Amino acid sequence: MGLDSYIQLFFSGITIGSIYAMVALGFLIIYSSTGIINLAQGEFVMLGGLIAVTCHHTLHFPMPLTFLVTVLLVTVIGTLFEITCIHPLKNPSVLGLIMITIAASILMRGIAMFIWGKEEHGIPTFSGDKSVSVIGASVPPQVFWILGVIFTVLIILFLISKYTLIGKAMRATAADRTAAHLVGINVRKIVLLSFAVSAGLGGVAGVVLTPMTLMSFDRGTPLALKGFCATVVGGLGNPAGTVIAGLLLGLIESFVTGLVSSHYKDVIALFILIIVLFVKPSGLFSKSEEAKLKKF
Amino acid sequence: MNFLEIKGLCRNFGGLRAVCDLNAHIEAGRITAMIGPNGAGKTTAFNLVTGLLPVSTGKIFFQGKDITGLPPHKIAFLGVARTFQNIRIFSNMSVLENVMVGVHTRSCKGMFSSALRLPGVSSEEKFIRDEAFKYLEWMELAHLASMDAGNLPFGQQRILEIARALAAKPKLILLDEPAAGLNSQETNKLSKLIRNILESGVTVFLVEHDMELVMNISHDIIVLNNGFLITRGTPSEVQRNKDVITAYLGEEH
Amino acid sequence: MGKNNYIKCALFLIIIGFLPVFVSNQYYLSVLVFAGIYAIVAIGLSMLMGYAGQISLGHAGFFAIGGYTSAILTKFHNFHPLQAMIIGIVFTVFAALLVGLPSLRLRGHYLAMATLGFGEIIYVTSGAATGLTEGPSGFSGVPSIALAGFTIKSELSKFYLVWLVALIIMILSLNIIHSRIGRALRSIHGDEIASNAMGVNVAKYKIQVFVYSAALASIAGSLYVHHMRFVSPTGFNLNKSILFLIMIMSGGMGSLWGAVIGAAIFTLLPEFLGVFNDYDILMYGAILLGMMMFLPHGLTGLTTKIIQLVLSKWKTRTQNNP
Repeated sequence: MGLDSYIQLFFSGITIGSIYAMVALGFLIIYSSTGIINLAQGEFVMLGGLIAVTCHHTLHFPMPLTFLVTVLLVTVIGTLFEITCIHPLKNPSVLGLIMITIAASILMRGIAMFIWGKEEHGIPTFSGDKSVSVIGASVPPQVFWILGVIFTVLIILFLISKYTLIGKAMRATAADRTAAHLVGINVRKIVLLSFAVSAGLGGVAGVVLTPMTLMSFDRGTPLALKGFCATVVGGLGNPAGTVIAGLLLGLIESFVTGLVSSHYKDVIALFILIIVLFVKPSGLFSKSEEAKLKKF
Repeated sequence: MNFLEIKGLCRNFGGLRAVCDLNAHIEAGRITAMIGPNGAGKTTAFNLVTGLLPVSTGKIFFQGKDITGLPPHKIAFLGVARTFQNIRIFSNMSVLENVMVGVHTRSCKGMFSSALRLPGVSSEEKFIRDEAFKYLEWMELAHLASMDAGNLPFGQQRILEIARALAAKPKLILLDEPAAGLNSQETNKLSKLIRNILESGVTVFLVEHDMELVMNISHDIIVLNNGFLITRGTPSEVQRNKDVITAYLGEEH
Repeated sequence: MGKNNYIKCALFLIIIGFLPVFVSNQYYLSVLVFAGIYAIVAIGLSMLMGYAGQISLGHAGFFAIGGYTSAILTKFHNFHPLQAMIIGIVFTVFAALLVGLPSLRLRGHYLAMATLGFGEIIYVTSGAATGLTEGPSGFSGVPSIALAGFTIKSELSKFYLVWLVALIIMILSLNIIHSRIGRALRSIHGDEIASNAMGVNVAKYKIQVFVYSAALASIAGSLYVHHMRFVSPTGFNLNKSILFLIMIMSGGMGSLWGAVIGAAIFTLLPEFLGVFNDYDILMYGAILLGMMMFLPHGLTGLTTKIIQLVLSKWKTRTQNNP
């Protein structure tokens, strides 16, 4: 195998890895503000892809409008999910919450199958199909769109959380919900916002991914699983670690698939998850001292 | 050999030192109280002794045996039982069943023999039930045996927690703020109960904010502040100690 | 197990004994065999979730290990079905330890996600390891169970076999529930810290009940392939794990009898209504969500509530008109 194939594997790994990173970050945001692992996280990506399909093919929206409308709709769905399913519960147990998010994810999948059927759908790439040559390897241009869009979103997210009041409120709520409430932060608003942002992230990932890999109703669960792997590997509470873990996972998956076998593509991440749980359940990028303080 | 001996005990949370170089001991057959302002590290010390929190540095000996780093259930099997500041009863179980869990350390049948009802299981089950009833009767809760524990009023939940701990027939019982949330009548009853517990042969170690109760029933008092031991002595000694007064009332007094 | 449960067991035995008298249709009898198989899984899962409060989203994986082990060993290697079933249990126990040991040390979501991942690993492997499993299309020709020289081939004999196994497992499980181990499990569900401080070896009992419930799923998987006489990955996907959850949720989380009733309902209902066909996941999602939000104690909880309501109404009426 030549260098060009390695470069190709690298690019496909980092592309899918960035999608995992988005899902993982979605997990992290909701977990931080509510203590819930939202197992419906993957469905937001699926919905993002399929809503974009309808916007583009049925409604004939141009791509930028498709992007905006899709992300907005998925954000609304995420918020509605919190309002209708999570919020009405009084004193929910961990078990109850897991079951609710699972039920919601099945329901979303079922509704998606009802609307879009079982087949795979695609939308055109953002800027044609002419490959770009990188050190001798040909890379589809959509790869750069995916990386560009996702990293822009990540940077915006970072700036918001670091420098705006709402970002600081979110971090404060993540650190200590009761304390945040006591200093006058509207925790309810933050929880809603975290669901909205997580869903939005999923929506973005869905729109940029669909031109590359097509989208169907059942793509959410594997994405959620891998995103969760990245969240755990990243140490649940460390955004940078989570993103790095997502990228790493994508790379490992891509190289193992390319160099060893593609049969077990979908289980590599899960093996890594189980190994990490065995060896260092606090994650690779967090101090174990911090992890002990978590209620998780 | 002291009954319970704490040597150079430290516990850090990140940068915060909750307990620092604590040296203390408890003598058998006495009531020892640990007092100190909020955040002095009392509950942390309890959690360290019962193994619920790992020790940063230092050693804990129970009846001469090093119990540092043992998991909580092993420490329970050695004869240390406890209650919690924010009541932790099993609200999904009945009052009787709560106390039956207390007898866990005094019974031994495993999953396999239980599933097959091997000989000895039924008699052990009867033993557990009878023992649990004995403690419920002592605590005057027997008439509520089949009630859901979560539906008990607050005061009785505290008593139930004590019954559950005593059902383990411990050598040492740790009571974490047993009077918190009780009215004065209930507190009076509690102080009688604690004396009863001592008379039944269980050494008592408690954390309490109710000074009247503490001064009334304790033989020894340990005073903590900011994770450090300030002093140790009898109630009258502690009441006269300057450092204690400073710790409670602040510098200017 | 209390007097109450002896009566229930006797009633259960009578129902099993006489049900085939009223069900002469071979197809319906076959459906009832499936119900019995799922009841075995549901009992185990109910022990794990309803009593110990631990979540498994991968029981289809254990079901698959039992099923594939039995199918492969009996068809290709001439093992006796009972031997194969036991070897399946051994494999399952090993797998359960592999998943459970790391994740049960931790609280909360870890076991749920690890088992979800485990189920997927088994599902993908059963389709990909073509040398062992014949791949996605599976294979037929799995022999029937033979016991003491008799081949259990007719629907009626399979019905009695499966439901008797279910009854035995029910009795064993009730024995565990009504013992110090059962109380220890429930105390873990109630308050893990207090339970640990009372001397309950939390990690050990969580592992034990997890392994027990996995082993039951494995037994059920073996019975499943001998009943179908065919095996393929589709019987073991995530939807199956979810279906198991729905069965125990609908029956009511803390009730083994409820689990059996839930298993029966959700095996029979799709057959008789025929509405599930393609949109089964839509239905499952809606049912599960609705139940979680409005019926957290399942059908058993609902019935108790209704009975209480009727009783209190009746009481007030008799008090008003003495």
